[in-house]
Parts: sequence; C-alpha cells; structure tokens
Amino acid sequence: MVQAINNALDIKLSEDKNIVVYGEDVGVAGGVFRVTEGLQKKYGAERVFDSPLAESAIVGTGLGMALAGLRPVVEMQFDGFSYPAFNQIISNVSRMHNRSRGKFNVPMVIRFPYGGGINAIEHHSESPEALYAHIPGLKVVVPSTPHDAKGLLISAIESDDPVIFMEPKRIYRAIKQEVNDEKFTIPIGKAKILTEGTDVTVVAFGAMIRECQRAMAMAEEAGISVELIDLRTIYPIDKETIKNSIQKTGRMVVVAEANQSFSVGSELIAIANEEAFLYLEAPPKRVMGFDTIVPLAQGEKYYMITPERIFYEIEKTINY
Amino acid sequence: MIFDEFNPSEDKILRVIDNDGEVIRPDLIPDLTDETVVKAYKTMLFERVADEMAISYQRQGRMFTYPSNKGHEAIHAAAGMIIGPDDWLVPAFREIGVMLAKGVTMKEIFLYYNGNEHGSNFKNAPRVLPVNVPIGTQLSHAVGIGYSIKYRKKNDIVFTFIGDGGTSEGDFSESLNFAGVWQVPVIFTIQNNQYAISVPVSTQTKSVNLAVKSIAFGIPGIKVDGNDFFAMYLAYREASEHARTGKGAVLIEALTYRSGAHTTSDDPSRYRTKEEEERWGLSDPMPRLKKFMERKGIWKEDEDSLRDQYKNEIDNQFLEAENFAPYSLDDVFGYMYTEMPEDLKKQKEEYEQFLTWKGSRR
Ligand SMILES: Cc1ncc(C[n+]2csc(CCOP(=O)(O)OP(=O)(O)O)c2C)c(N)n1
Ligand SMILES: [Mg+2]
Repeated sequence: MVQAINNALDIKLSEDKNIVVYGEDVGVAGGVFRVTEGLQKKYGAERVFDSPLAESAIVGTGLGMALAGLRPVVEMQFDGFSYPAFNQIISNVSRMHNRSRGKFNVPMVIRFPYGGGINAIEHHSESPEALYAHIPGLKVVVPSTPHDAKGLLISAIESDDPVIFMEPKRIYRAIKQEVNDEKFTIPIGKAKILTEGTDVTVVAFGAMIRECQRAMAMAEEAGISVELIDLRTIYPIDKETIKNSIQKTGRMVVVAEANQSFSVGSELIAIANEEAFLYLEAPPKRVMGFDTIVPLAQGEKYYMITPERIFYEIEKTINY
Repeated sequence: MIFDEFNPSEDKILRVIDNDGEVIRPDLIPDLTDETVVKAYKTMLFERVADEMAISYQRQGRMFTYPSNKGHEAIHAAAGMIIGPDDWLVPAFREIGVMLAKGVTMKEIFLYYNGNEHGSNFKNAPRVLPVNVPIGTQLSHAVGIGYSIKYRKKNDIVFTFIGDGGTSEGDFSESLNFAGVWQVPVIFTIQNNQYAISVPVSTQTKSVNLAVKSIAFGIPGIKVDGNDFFAMYLAYREASEHARTGKGAVLIEALTYRSGAHTTSDDPSRYRTKEEEERWGLSDPMPRLKKFMERKGIWKEDEDSLRDQYKNEIDNQFLEAENFAPYSLDDVFGYMYTEMPEDLKKQKEEYEQFLTWKGSRR
C-alpha cells in the first residue's frame, strides 16, 4: 500500500504543477513509513519538503496555499498527532467554503497513518475517523487495499473540498497486490460490496476488512452467508448501498477499531434504523474498540478486533 | 549571573572544558569535590550502558521501539545533581538520566517500552510525570505546576525538557509566554541534538540559536555546550538559584548531538553522513569528562568492571520488567476513570463472555 500511495502522489505531482506535498520528515527522508520516498528527488524541494514540527501550522499554511491556487497534500505523521491541527481543521479548513459563500474552495488533502496493531507507543494507534467525520465540510476516506489507496487518493487530491485521508498503517506493507501503473480513480462517497451474501451484512473499512474476510471464512464453515461491504468513504457515507444490503439480509454487524461510542458504528446503526427498520431481524451490532485508550503493546491483544471476535458476534446476530 | 555574560542574541555559548577535557574557563569551573566529579561520570556511564542494553533488548525482540539517549548524558547528569527531591520533573522522552536521578527505575522504563502502562507509574518518584509523546504539550504542564508551587508558597522548582524540533510547536511559545507572565519557577531545557527525526534544526528555525527565543518572552536564556558536564552544571546551578528565589523561569539550550538513531525504528543513514557523526563524536560528553579526570589524576576506576557491574544491575531490572504480572483485562479498563462507569463495566463483561466462548471452542 505504501507503494500505491507513493505512486498516486507521483502521478498527481507529475500531472499538476500546483500540487505540493509536505509535513514532518516527508522530504529528505521520504516519510517515517517511506510513503513519500523519492518524491523530493524527483520533484524538487519546492514541491516536496520537510516543514518545521508543528501540525497546526502545517494545516493552516496548507489552507492558505489552497486558497491561493495550490493543491497541498499534507501529512500528519501519526493519527495521534493530527490533534494539534484540530483547531485549524474544525475552525477553518472545514468552514471556508461555507463561510465565504463558495468564494473559496479548499482543495487540500490531509493524510495520516491510523490504527493499532503495530506494538506502538502511546498516541500511535488511534482511529479518529469519527472525530473528523463529525465535522461538517470534510470528506473522510479510508482505503483497505493498495488498489483502493491509489484510486481514492487520486480522487481525494482532485477533490475541490478538503479530504481527510486515513491510511491503515497496520497493512501498509501487509497486503501484496498488483496495482495498475496507469492513472485511475475510485469515486469518493461510494461503498463497495466485496462479497455478496444473504444472511448478514458486515460493514467495515481500512485494516478491519482483512480481519472481516478471515471471519467470513469461519462464518462460511458455519453455514452463514455474509455480505461484506467496504465503506471506503466514511463521509459522505453511502447510505444507499448499506440500506439495500440490510434490506436484503435483515442483519448488520459493524466492525471498526475505534472506540465504539459515538462512532461510525453508531452512525451505521442509525442508518439501519432509519432506512431499514422494518427489515431488521436482529439488533444491529457494533464490534468495535472498547471505550478505552488503545492499550500499549501488551494490552492490544484485548483491544484489537480479531476474526474470532467478529465471527462470534456474527453468529450471535444470526442466532438472535 | 552567568546568563548575562553569555547573551544568546550574540550567539555566545557557555563552555568550560574543551573536547580534550582541558579547562578553557578556569574562572567558571564549579567547585565540586573530586568524588562528586567521579560520581557524575559514573552516573553518565550507567545511563550509557542502560541505553546500549535497551537497544540490544530491542534487537533481541524482547522490547519494542526505544529512543536512544546516547550523547545526552552530561545534560542529564548535571540536571540530576541539581534537581531536588521535592522538585518536579516534566520530561519529554529523552531524559532517562534525569528520571533515574529522581528515583525512576530502569525496570519501569523497560516496562514502558515493553508496552505496559505500569511503566509510567513511577513508584518511588512521586513528582515525575510520565514521558510525553505529543511533542511540546508537556511544557504548559510544567508551567501549571510552577503556578501551583508559587501559589502554595513553596520553594520547589520544575525541570522540563523539550527537543529542538519541539520548539516549533505552538505549545512551546505559549508555555514560555505563560511562564514569563506568571513568573513561575520553571527551568526549560531544550535538548538541541540537531535533529527532529530526520529534520535538521536549520529547517526548524531562522533564529541564530534556540536560547535567543527567551528574549521575546522576557525570561533569561542561555546557550550551553550540552556535552560539557561542567557547563551544564553551572547553568543549572544558576538557573535553579534564579527560579528558587522567586525570579521566575529560565530557558537553557543545551547543544548536543543525537549520537544514535531517533528510535530503534529509524535509520539515520537516510539523512545524515558518517563524517558528520564522526565530527560530533569528538565532543562526546563521556570521553571528554574522562579526559578531564585523567588530566587531574582523579580517575582511578576500572571502567570495564564498572560496565560489567552496571550491566548486571540493568539486566536484573530488565528481567523484573520482563517478569512483570501478565497484562490483564483490568489493565485495559481499570484505570480509565477513578470509578468505572456502568457502560464500561458492561463492555468488559461482554468481552469476558467472548473469552469464555473462545476458551470453550479450544
Ligand atoms: C505532536 C507530535 N508530532 C509528531 C510527533 C512524532 N515525532 C516523535 S519525535 C519527533 C521529533 C522530535 O524532535 P525533537 O523535538 O528535536 O526531539 P528529539 O527526538 O530530537 O529528542 C517527531 C516528529 C510527535 N511525537 N508529536
Ligand atoms: Mg532533536
């Protein structure tokens, strides 16, 4: 996935002179995960560069650039370090288009690696998609495969609205997939049905897709037919696809690693109730992180969602 | 005050001995007993050995990511000698030597980098905060503690640390500003080790140095050779006198070099040269102090056997960390609130039901 993201940046940088890429360690070193490796060499330090260590100013300057003709793609080094920029994001980035009555667009992407399962120290394992999806004016995108990462990132860079692009760091290098070298896009705002099924709808995104696929194999053995949906975009959320699926299966399990309360899972359950209430045969269920801080490495075995736990909840939902 | 002589706006640097351990400012050499100097060196040696061991445990797969402290020992030893039992330490994450001086144990440090939050509950160091990972956010905590000390009319002071990269965060400026306005007893140390991961200081600031930033906030500041134990000691002694006598905060820029990688996950060859590393290696604080002692004829110990003794001690601490009580579900839930909300209790119960189910399947 690291390569696919690098490739998406490469394609856009070569195609559009107004794109700049910056953040902490993204230039000379090519990023702590090497996502931007080689790009400074290829496009020069005026377009791909290291900034001082200050997330709020990285995002704030990005907004300024976006207002004045550039299309910045900025990096927050980790999920937990996007918060110093929260004020800029919630107070300015997300509002400028509305405040200026459409005079200003904010064609800006804020990328960062997110999620747990990598034995990291504090603040390196978080899933803040709900925090950002809650902010009106932002789009929030989370790819689950190298292919999707490339197509979605290109769409994000081409979007005239600000996009939060969350990269599942746990599978940065875990999933091998041949990705077409050519330019292609994947639409923002559309979920994808990965596997069709009839008994239960499982909705997930990012690093949890792989865990769901493993759980699905267990469910299959138990004779349960799962319809797996990759949300791909958190906001604008694809109600249509979710609604249709629940109307078909009558059941929904949401899988995500973020804290469960006030989350994307909560939102999906609201959608299930609002759009498919009369079709439900069991209460929609969240299989999500506890409402705790993501534990340090030794405790992650409890916190991180496993295929077994997903299967357990699928089975309970089926047997409800 | 030494701070007056070494005006940061003229980019002066406080240095007492040179790289060969020769005294270049005899008038400034602190009047420490020979034993004290030897002890300081041993403290530094302990920290260095602990650091080497930590990296080797990580390489053996017995510990997770760890940030090396190598090269910063003189700063830590000097601060450790000045910080009092009732003083507070508000660290960033590269100050192991100061933490040890305050009573934190290597066992706790290992436990933390082994992925267990109990390693942040320093049992014998009540006035030490856990390491602070979100860069820069610790400084305002130090200022708040300083306010509380002042409010309660105590004589304690606060030591807080940040890196060169951290000075770019808004929190740095905001905290120094508060400290100036409130005139609180806080000693800010910038460990300027030349890098923020791969990014050199020259990318962080156009200022002539980092100490000069103190001027804007109306507090004394000084740039010190952070690899010179005596210079650091002198700076801390004067800074603590200043802070302890109600004169307010102080900013110290300790010029040093991050001799190791940023963390065990980092590869410095991607962004800096061997030549540069070698050049900085010449001012390494340990051989420098050792040469001073040898010149004076006060170093009579056998370093190898000292190393062996420390290795033993550190290994025992590591084993204690390794054999710490297994991480339990209570460790995940039990410390979120002073009293666990009903909803969390329920989440925990549900998870326990899952574990029972899982157990029954095996
Ligand atoms: C707010 C925030 N942003 C980014 C990071 C990731 N990060 C960890 S250490 C580091 C560099 C810190 O450099 P410096 O302040 O010079 O301290 P040093 O590591 O050299 O001790 C970065 C960018 C972080 N921990 N917190
Ligand atoms: Mg540094």
